[in-house]
Amino acid sequence: MVNTSVTLCGIPMDNPVIPASGTFGFGYEFADWYDINILGTFSFKGTTREPRYGNPTPRIAEAPSGMLNAVGLQNPGIDAVISEELPKLRKVFRKPVMANISGFSEEEYAYNCARIDKEEQVGWIEVNISCPNVHNGGMSFGTDPASALAVTKAVKAVTTKPVIMKLSPNVTDIASVAKACEEGGADGVSLINTLMGLRLDLKRRRPILANVTGGLSGPAVFPVALRMVWQVYEAVSIPVIGLGGVSSAEDVIEMMLAGATAVQVGAANLVDPYACKTIIEDLPKVMEKLNIRSLEEIIGGAH
Amino acid sequence: MRKSTFTIASQRLIAANTYELSLCGDTEGLDVPGRFVNIRVDGFYLRRPISVCDCRPGYLTLIYKAVGAGTEKLSRMEEGEALDLLTGLGNGYDLSVAGSEPLLIGGGAGVPPMYLLAKKLTEQGKHVTAILGFNTSEEVFYEEAFRELGACVIVATADGSRGVKGFVTDAMEGIAYSYFYTCGPGPMLKAVYDRSVTEGQFSFEERMGCGFGACVGCTCRTKYGNKRICRDGPVLTKEEIVW
Repeated sequence: MVNTSVTLCGIPMDNPVIPASGTFGFGYEFADWYDINILGTFSFKGTTREPRYGNPTPRIAEAPSGMLNAVGLQNPGIDAVISEELPKLRKVFRKPVMANISGFSEEEYAYNCARIDKEEQVGWIEVNISCPNVHNGGMSFGTDPASALAVTKAVKAVTTKPVIMKLSPNVTDIASVAKACEEGGADGVSLINTLMGLRLDLKRRRPILANVTGGLSGPAVFPVALRMVWQVYEAVSIPVIGLGGVSSAEDVIEMMLAGATAVQVGAANLVDPYACKTIIEDLPKVMEKLNIRSLEEIIGGAH
Repeated sequence: MRKSTFTIASQRLIAANTYELSLCGDTEGLDVPGRFVNIRVDGFYLRRPISVCDCRPGYLTLIYKAVGAGTEKLSRMEEGEALDLLTGLGNGYDLSVAGSEPLLIGGGAGVPPMYLLAKKLTEQGKHVTAILGFNTSEEVFYEEAFRELGACVIVATADGSRGVKGFVTDAMEGIAYSYFYTCGPGPMLKAVYDRSVTEGQFSFEERMGCGFGACVGCTCRTKYGNKRICRDGPVLTKEEIVW
């Protein structure tokens, strides 16, 4: 028997597989496809203080081995998430959930995190300082170590639960941003958010996305994500969550060997609603094939 | 909603760039007019959403236009090849409000879902009128198929090469109807909205990520808040639409 369980910031998980924020709604959409309690946990849709419509459509475009999205943090706002979404989720998911929080100022991040910290079902708080699709917020906090440090400190001052800072790959040196988060007291970091990209419609000679640019995700970004997880693992001593193009049990193991304690799966959920279920079912078989008895033992094993 | 593998029974070119694809597989949940399937095409990441044209147990007919690299690749697939489909997606049309003389208005790639709808409504004994709009006569398809269902068919072409010269809204002139159902490109839907004199239902198109409500890539505003075209739609009622 192989052991797929891992412990992430002190909270045990049956397996390291976590659907990534923005690809899994508030969970119950996927409960129509399978019992989502098989997941390690999942990270819910990025939540801001005010309700947000997001960007105009088209918000989605095809890319080689991946996709672009420019949803722009559409969400019902923190009040509705607490009063409507979490009660619906509770009916289909019994495990601690990862709350994904966004904001447009240090003060908003702190407010949202303090609110969600009080929710019993929340296990971890993932702070998105890396959304490439909103202006004057999101990514602007994650591209500068000083801003990342300030947001981390502000959030840590008002929360009791593990705080995971979600990092942007659209930087020169992701390790320095990760180190700033660690210095600010972060309990972990997750990476990567999407890479900024662009597609044009050749007939119209215009960008396909109404927002012009969008975030690239899918298998195309996997080697970039893996490289960054490798670099950040060497730079910090807090747990790293690896994500970016993960589509198979083999990808999960590769991420963990590079230094990930847990692994998120994003775009794959959109093209195959059973993606995470398949990965979780395949993990023990792939572990046996590779002579891995326990996933915890292989974290960072390739260094 | 389910995910299953279908086998291509046949594929043929029925009009300019327009293909009729017949598939064998599990059709559970597809017998509702206005629903769609999301097809994985080898070599492409995102699925292609295509509305259901006809459905009987075990058999599914789709009609689509080859407009981009993905649908062009699909059009070159042959009998016996397998396709990975998400099926039973979308809300579909509500037939219970059709009245005795429903009007169906389809434009181009919006014609196919009107076929299953016309079939269901004529089976219920309704007097169906179908306006089928195309750019030119080379694009016209299924005119006879609608007639064989017992529908009164009016074809409109923008260049006048077949039927009424002009848009579907020109063909609506002088027609009496109890209710209407429409599907087609955005500008056509808006024109039908402005021209129509009864309540009706509109099926919208949008670029989708998943097709089942997870990514909120296809959101639109309605009178009752944000809706996802793929999950809460693609059919919206006239009364709730915000242009």
